[in-house]
Amino acid sequence: MKKGTLRFEKKQTVSLRRKILNPVVFILLGFVFSSIFIIANGFQPIPVFAKMISYSLLNTKGLIGSINAALPLMFCGLSVAIAFKMNLNNIGAEGQFAMGAIFGGAFALYGPSLSAPLSSVVMFFLCALGGCLWALLAAALKAFWKVNETIVTLMLNYIALLFLDYLCYGPWMAPKQTTAMTVKIPESLFLPVINGTSSGLILAILVAVLLYLFLKYTAAGYQISVIKNSLSTAEYAGIPVKKFILIVLALSGALAGIAGFVQVTGIVHRVQAQLPGGSGYTGIVIAYLSQCNPLAIILVSVLFGALQNSSSVVQIMGVPSQIVTMLQGTLMISVIAGEFFNRYRIAFYKAERNDYTSERNDDNQEPKKRNDDNQESKKGAVQ
Amino acid sequence: MEKTALLEMKGITKKFGTVLANDHIDLQLYPGEIHALLGENGSGKSTLMNILLGIYKPNFGDIFYKGEKGQIKTPKHAAELGIGMVHQHFALIPTLTVAENIFLSLDHCSFILDKKKMESKIREYSEQFSLQVDPGAKVWQLSVGEQQRVEIMKLLCRNSEILVLDEPSAVLTPQEAGEMFRTLRKMADHGKSVIFISHKMNEVVEHADRITVLKNGRVTDRMLAEEASIDRMTKAVVGERDIEKILIRSQIKTERLLLEANHLRVLNDKGLVALHDISFQLHAGEIFAIAGVAGSGQRELAEALAGLRKVASGKLSLKGKDITRKNIRERVTQGISFIPEDRLKMGLIPGMNMKENALLKEFRGFAYNKGGILQSKAIRSLTERHIAAHDIKHGGLDLPVSLMSGGNQQKLLIAREINGNPELIIAAYPVRGLDIGATASIHKTLLEQRERGACILLISEELDEIFEMSDRVAVLCGGKLMGIRNISETNYEEIGQMMSGESA
Repeated sequence: MKKGTLRFEKKQTVSLRRKILNPVVFILLGFVFSSIFIIANGFQPIPVFAKMISYSLLNTKGLIGSINAALPLMFCGLSVAIAFKMNLNNIGAEGQFAMGAIFGGAFALYGPSLSAPLSSVVMFFLCALGGCLWALLAAALKAFWKVNETIVTLMLNYIALLFLDYLCYGPWMAPKQTTAMTVKIPESLFLPVINGTSSGLILAILVAVLLYLFLKYTAAGYQISVIKNSLSTAEYAGIPVKKFILIVLALSGALAGIAGFVQVTGIVHRVQAQLPGGSGYTGIVIAYLSQCNPLAIILVSVLFGALQNSSSVVQIMGVPSQIVTMLQGTLMISVIAGEFFNRYRIAFYKAERNDYTSERNDDNQEPKKRNDDNQESKKGAVQ
Repeated sequence: MEKTALLEMKGITKKFGTVLANDHIDLQLYPGEIHALLGENGSGKSTLMNILLGIYKPNFGDIFYKGEKGQIKTPKHAAELGIGMVHQHFALIPTLTVAENIFLSLDHCSFILDKKKMESKIREYSEQFSLQVDPGAKVWQLSVGEQQRVEIMKLLCRNSEILVLDEPSAVLTPQEAGEMFRTLRKMADHGKSVIFISHKMNEVVEHADRITVLKNGRVTDRMLAEEASIDRMTKAVVGERDIEKILIRSQIKTERLLLEANHLRVLNDKGLVALHDISFQLHAGEIFAIAGVAGSGQRELAEALAGLRKVASGKLSLKGKDITRKNIRERVTQGISFIPEDRLKMGLIPGMNMKENALLKEFRGFAYNKGGILQSKAIRSLTERHIAAHDIKHGGLDLPVSLMSGGNQQKLLIAREINGNPELIIAAYPVRGLDIGATASIHKTLLEQRERGACILLISEELDEIFEMSDRVAVLCGGKLMGIRNISETNYEEIGQMMSGESA
């Protein structure tokens, strides 16, 4: 190594200040970057941003809109996070959302009419069950045949979403309608609205808190953490890994299914084609940014809800809607890019000058090398 | 052999930190000879070869190649000089064909690959050296032995004059190994020089022309194959050791039978037989050592006893009860405890803190888990008890154990594993890589467990440790049990010979 080199190193610890400051700085950078597009379209960037923020976060009505938009995101974020707590990549929240809505919708439209609170409870569990079963398909394949859950959950999304489309364009389509949606669900199933905010928010916070406590204080949460950190140690400790794959993915799917529940009963009050609208995927970003902390997921979801919510006001100012989508994408990418610097640092190594330093470098390599040798010779069993 | 040396390494010294991996090593290599480097793990064989290949730079010492003094700067430079190596890990791309892999290894190849020419070249070498390789086969379809032949072919196609092979027979069946050595002999007959690293004395005597023995980074002996005897090599490999060790151990108190293994047959990760028909009995209150060179089936034995690996056939019984089909959890509750060989890979959770690591075997117990809720106070006091009892140094209970030193990690692991007063403790290389202080502390702990009446199955590569600690020793070689000896009735030489598969 003659020249100096740049290297990425994983950080051991990150201070809280850094954790909060970092995304803020990168959000600002994201705004700066987006300004280029806005200026190129002949608008002033600062008023656009000011309007976005004031509309979606700084007044009650806008904030309520943002929270309502965030509700499905919260559950999808929690769904992805719990799976990721065990290193399972559930990118199928979108499809589990749809299946939850289909199960719940079937009950709401064709099920027996029950009294008010009971029917909501039944619908809640049916939505959870729909998502849960959909995720269990992937979980069983993963647990028993080691099929990659990332691919399976992704592929199952298409099936679920197209099935939802089929129902909404076909047998479930409301009569005399041109759009792909069902009739309204009975009003007894509507989630109560408190001061404009859907009570789904209370449900989301409750679920997040329970999930947080579950992961932190229970033996099951502990075992999930052991499995995530070291699979072979988990097996060594006799932790039933397969059982946990089934449990955790089922739970993850159920949470995504509940996203379907709040969306149907709290927001749109019917089942329609493309109901999840990408929430399942946004949930992945939210879980990542919140580092899978359930409480952080609630807050981050509100910010993403605000981003979605503010699109309408920007359009009113005359900015084309494509620009709004682009803005969302730019902000998302800059926050994710910022996360990288929370987890890694760039280290600069000076050029080596004498033998002493090269000696030290070898020091670092040698123990590893030896370990490899040992393992290697152990693996190649002598016949 | 009064020829001039093709290669001469003089006074090669290599330090890693404070460890002298190579200490003034001299080595001569003549054209047309097969030269064996013999020695235990960590004796410096691989370091020396890595220096020859330009991977490491020596601190002192000169290398003369074809009579000229020179420095080998990089592996690429070594390749240009005609020095090539077959590593234990093959560097092949599974989805490409044999010919494509060989193209990859060439320094200069034309923009358009001339496959026909390459294939005919491969066939030519195949015939010349009876090195059967199908140039069109995809590498993933090949057996390990065939892949090794591809690696050798790579060196031939690069016109290497010196071929270095690191433990070439380790991954082969005896038949394949015989074939491989015949190929090496043919190459030597064509004037090429071969160096192979080995720790198996019989194969060295059989296939090498000259032998250099390394121990602790020094050359302890060199000999022509004709002069070699197992006795002489054992002395050089193991060294003359002081057998009279002061044993701080009492006599065995009981003869109570604890575990019985009957005709165990166990497969390794690749599905090959790792243990052939092993039978032994363990008694309460004894330390039973397993000796053997690395990869003789120790890991598979430990995992089979602990319940982490299926027993293909045979029977395991603990205190008369059949436990052959019991899983690790059931075996833990019946008093079997396991200290794995690579604590950070299995045994500890490096990214989690001390409390969480201490909890690993206890989280089902009522004291720590009331109705599924973990009892943080009880867990903290459990951890503090371990720390006090074993003098564990740490930076805080909430820091990940990966930040602790190896010795303290191991103490924590052992503290946890002996916590429930297990009857059988399987300890795989419990002091490997640890400093003297931690080693002594862990040995003391194991002897205390023996006093308590536990049986300890101690797997070790260090004969010193085995003779110091154990009551009986069993020797594994190539997955076969070579014999069981009382430690008071055997010596280093006998065990060393058994380790190399020399005696019945």
